Amino acid sequence: MKKFLFALLMVCLPAVVQAAASAYPKDSMKPDLRDQASLQRGMALYVNRCMGCHSMEFQRFERTADDIGLPHDLMEEYLIRGDLKIHDQMTIAMSKTDAAGWFGAPPPDLTLEARLRGTDWLYTYLRTFYRDDSRPWGVNNALFKDVGMPNVLEDLQGVVVNNCTSEELEARGGFSGTLDPLTGTRSGQCLTVQAGTGSMSPAEFDQAIYDLVNFMAYVGEPSRLQSERIGTYVLIFLAIFTFFAYLLKREYWRDIH
Amino acid sequence: MAGHRNKGNPGLMGWIDDRFPATALWDDHLAKYYAPKNFNFWYFFGSLALLVLVNQIVTGIWLTMSYNPTAEGAFASLEYIMRDVEYGWLLRYMHSTGASAFFVVIYLHMFRGLMYGSYRKPRELVWIFGMTIYLALMAEAFMGYLLPWGQMSYWGAQVIVSLFGAIPVIGPDLQQWIRGDYLISGITLNRFFALHVVALPIVILALVVLHIIALHEVGSNNPDGIEIHDNLDENGIPKDGIPFHPYYSVKDLVGVGVFLFVFSIIVFFFPEGGGYMIERPNFEPANALKTPDHIAPVWYFTAFYAMLRAVTFNLFGLDAKFWGVVVMGAAIAILFVLPWLDRSPVKSMRYKGWISKTYLIVFAISFVILSVLGVLPATDARTLVAQICTVLYFGYFLLMPFYTRLESTKPVPQRVTG
Repeated sequence: MKKFLFALLMVCLPAVVQAAASAYPKDSMKPDLRDQASLQRGMALYVNRCMGCHSMEFQRFERTADDIGLPHDLMEEYLIRGDLKIHDQMTIAMSKTDAAGWFGAPPPDLTLEARLRGTDWLYTYLRTFYRDDSRPWGVNNALFKDVGMPNVLEDLQGVVVNNCTSEELEARGGFSGTLDPLTGTRSGQCLTVQAGTGSMSPAEFDQAIYDLVNFMAYVGEPSRLQSERIGTYVLIFLAIFTFFAYLLKREYWRDIH
Repeated sequence: MAGHRNKGNPGLMGWIDDRFPATALWDDHLAKYYAPKNFNFWYFFGSLALLVLVNQIVTGIWLTMSYNPTAEGAFASLEYIMRDVEYGWLLRYMHSTGASAFFVVIYLHMFRGLMYGSYRKPRELVWIFGMTIYLALMAEAFMGYLLPWGQMSYWGAQVIVSLFGAIPVIGPDLQQWIRGDYLISGITLNRFFALHVVALPIVILALVVLHIIALHEVGSNNPDGIEIHDNLDENGIPKDGIPFHPYYSVKDLVGVGVFLFVFSIIVFFFPEGGGYMIERPNFEPANALKTPDHIAPVWYFTAFYAMLRAVTFNLFGLDAKFWGVVVMGAAIAILFVLPWLDRSPVKSMRYKGWISKTYLIVFAISFVILSVLGVLPATDARTLVAQICTVLYFGYFLLMPFYTRLESTKPVPQRVTG
């Protein structure tokens, strides 16, 4: 009975997960919170490119510095702007009321964005902006259609143009195209980067976005590594405890028939 | 009775026993409470429910120390707990995982009751107190879910409270009375907080005491569904009974170890439970002007939510939504009268006929399917499946007086078997 119910649950669960996924093909991004160099590069990129508009108002600089292995003095010198101190939260100077007036809606706080959207979503979103003159900022996004944000990373990635209709783009994804198994190159992609317009190669840009999303994943749940470290010891303790509890039970029950 | 025992003994315990029935209580409920010796796997979940209740109360008290129950501060205070409070993340995950664990344990505990006829005479009140705990627990979980003040907290509460609006005549006023406002607001949050941390825990604790007192009055059922008190030895002790302590206290300790192992895997490694225990939209603060694409209650309510949505037709001039609420309420209410629906001469599924056995499995499967459907957006095909499962769910109870009397049962043993 129990086994049957469990089997049924196992059969049903994947269907649930699949149904929840959106149609647009997202690129997979698996955070590595132990890669402190990546987290540090990600934070530098975040502070320089995102934090003009997007706060991380629940996260403190000091906690971040300690967790990603950055000395306090370096953090204070390069990554903390304005009047903020190291023990402060990562807030921004722009007021929400002003921002609402300028952008239509205030740019959201991004402390929990990685937990809200998922890292795959962020990694895909940040790489699939393309030129679209019909939009107020001159850019659109393949994953987040008619997005209200300008492409602040265009000088790094280069100018991206869309060669497909919006339906094709939605169905095929921006950069998937057809893979040539011999050369490893892709062709027929919807989005193409105009050569020479960006300061990074596509591989460098992907790595930069990986670092950025990795950092956002860390900020989303800064206790993750601590949790897994403690959790391992807790599980070892419980395994030993349960083993001895079982021996105790067996000893007591020896005379029950 | 208890007051006249253990008097005049020397020592500290003697001094206490002369004034308070400490030893008598210990004996009545643990050391000389005789439980059947043939409890199996399914009998772990009662003590585990107690463990989870203690977990919820202890972690809840500590969460309350740093939580801010206002619309302006609730969401931020949760992130404060997650980041700035030492081990706050652990308290929060133990509490959020504990809520799901509570329902897992309770559902398995109730299923045990269904299997072995633990609701049958003389245990009707044990069952009814238990059902009332379940009802109070649902209210407790629902109100607790508003407190993080995320998008799913807000819109989940909005949907559930709007169900009361489906009641004819008084509905809209009732809805407003529950919310204390024209929409879910800080006022609603404040009152849900008060109910979640003070009122309902008191009710649940009182009901747990009643549940256990009623159980210990009539004695525990067992997988054979026979009364161990019908076979007493010369000292008046059931031949098939063993003292709860130490036999079941040490046995339950093994269950506690296994349970905590699984619980810790979720708390430390998968606290979001794949988005079913902490839903993704809840990482965004509540926003009354932005409705999420898809609102689903947390998994432990989805079976009833699927039944609510399965009612798609108006009846007697009343809206389908109202009948959906009626069906949902009836699905829970019908469990209360279960002791009087079962007319079988035997209690345990081991000795009931094939109809009861088959229907119990069908019932359990229907409940699981409804739970899955309640998570998913409704489509025509899914609604049809939900309707079939709802009919099967009710059929299990409404047809029970007939099939339990008609089917042939196996003879019941005199003494408990393995």
